[in-house]
Amino acid sequence: MLQGEYLGMRLTIEDVDKENLAFFQYCAQGDFRLQKGKKSGLLRYPPTTACPWTRDREYDWVSVEGKGTVHSYAEVHHAIQPAFREHVPYMILLVDLDTQKGQPSEHEALRVVGNLLTADGKFAPPEMIKTVGIGTRVRMIFKQVSEGFALPHWTIDETAAQPATPWRYPQE
Amino acid sequence: MTQSDVDATTPKYLRNKYAIVGVGETTYRRGSQESTRNLATWAINNALDDAGLEAADIDGMLSYSGNDSTMSPFVAGDLGIRLNFYMDVHGGGSSTEALIGIAMGVIEAGMCKTVAIFRSMNGYTQVRIGGTGARSAAPITGDQVHMRAYGWQSAGQMFAPTFLRHMYDYGTTSEQVAHVKMAHSKHASNNPKAFYKTRYTIEDVLNSRIICKPLHLLDCCVETDNATCIIVTRAERAKDMKQPLVQIRSVVGRCCKPRIDMHYQHGPISTVAGYYAKDILWPNAGVGPEEIDLTGSYDAFTFTTMLQLEEYGFCKKGEGGQYVSSGIIELGGARPNNTSGGHLCEGYTHGMNMVIENVRQLRGNVDDSCPVGADGKRQHTYNYSEGGCRQVKDAELSANLGWAMPGTGSAMVMQRG
Repeated sequence: MLQGEYLGMRLTIEDVDKENLAFFQYCAQGDFRLQKGKKSGLLRYPPTTACPWTRDREYDWVSVEGKGTVHSYAEVHHAIQPAFREHVPYMILLVDLDTQKGQPSEHEALRVVGNLLTADGKFAPPEMIKTVGIGTRVRMIFKQVSEGFALPHWTIDETAAQPATPWRYPQE
Repeated sequence: MTQSDVDATTPKYLRNKYAIVGVGETTYRRGSQESTRNLATWAINNALDDAGLEAADIDGMLSYSGNDSTMSPFVAGDLGIRLNFYMDVHGGGSSTEALIGIAMGVIEAGMCKTVAIFRSMNGYTQVRIGGTGARSAAPITGDQVHMRAYGWQSAGQMFAPTFLRHMYDYGTTSEQVAHVKMAHSKHASNNPKAFYKTRYTIEDVLNSRIICKPLHLLDCCVETDNATCIIVTRAERAKDMKQPLVQIRSVVGRCCKPRIDMHYQHGPISTVAGYYAKDILWPNAGVGPEEIDLTGSYDAFTFTTMLQLEEYGFCKKGEGGQYVSSGIIELGGARPNNTSGGHLCEGYTHGMNMVIENVRQLRGNVDDSCPVGADGKRQHTYNYSEGGCRQVKDAELSANLGWAMPGTGSAMVMQRG
């Protein structure tokens, strides 16, 4: 079982939940791995118990590059969960991984969720949030929950070419 | 119109074969001071009185909830109803139409004759629908870690990527969708039951504080305490009943986008479940959106009303913003939406009140401030100014578009008998 306190929230992955257990354990090693269906050869996110394209239950865990483009987002100014009250405003990014984008059909992608954090893993300050929108290039970082348990997150990819003006909701 | 792969046996066997014969609700309040069990019996009693039925006439019961309500056996026992069938299912928005479809199915199968569907909730004082309180404090396990650990929990937070992407893909603006709140608040001002009866302007919406972009406070629905009930039986039986006949032409229940485990994996994410549901709804109904007189597009948020009207073909894809800001959806417009004020203003019921309203509209006897004549019927003035009428003239066909989330929706077409 994986368990830990994260921002004051108790997170638990039970032993029988093998798919999520492995996913978060790899994250703790700084290794973003997704299941690759043996029949389809396709990656999937989040972890599932069978391949959504072939219903195949056999798979391998494959390392995937944590780079991509913001597809859309939520920017929260009024927190619901007590854990996030001291972090508003915060962004939830939905990121299209470069890997397998537009496959197996045009509108599909591995759309991976994470908060926008600074490179050193803190919630992004408002001035950084204002530079990020649809089209921003991001890279994955990990945030530890407890021993052997980490969450994937996103930060701005400093080395990537960025769009001149990523699309943001017009009202700041 | 595209015919779906669904075996559309409904037109052959069930179109107009079933009817809604009774509707009822409690007050819409904050601070009900009642248990959900008590609220449920109150609403069902009102629906029975509305239908002119007694407890012995009901032999089926359906309800939906999310660990925040009472169950059919308690309510049926309280009311002295002996059940031949019941089922309490998990779910929120989009359940109303789905359960009406299930009721038709179990009656058709000979399992029972008349079904009372209820939803009872203290959505403000007990389990808050906005997700604050008990829900936000609950431990996070398994699949939920991929969402709630990121502060991605409330409906507004979960749907925001769809709303923002629609703005990005089609140029939809907050000003356009604010017309939904303006229209629904106008309708609510003529609804004595509505929790919020104040009329709001576009500027009021845009000037209210941001909750989660693109949602301002006034883009979001209200949280209230209430119960609601809808009674379904065969149209044949309904003909002898108290109320004018309101028949069900077509129903779609919890129709989904692909990858419903996390629907954002399969885009376009600015497309919602109505994209699939419309190909069941319209062929089975035998009518199209152009023939509909009024709509009940679920308004959890201003955006959800817009997205569904667009997806079900009331306008072209991408033109939902123009449609909702054109005046069409207002009382006095060509096709008013949520004439009770809906979830934005009347009260939050997970969809029930929008169906109840359209039943009353099709009966031609909606409750507003118009005078009641000697025959007990309202003398509707069709003057929609504040505190006036909210009856749609000659309403014959309605469409309800239920919403659970971008990836799941339900729908129903009803017809005046």
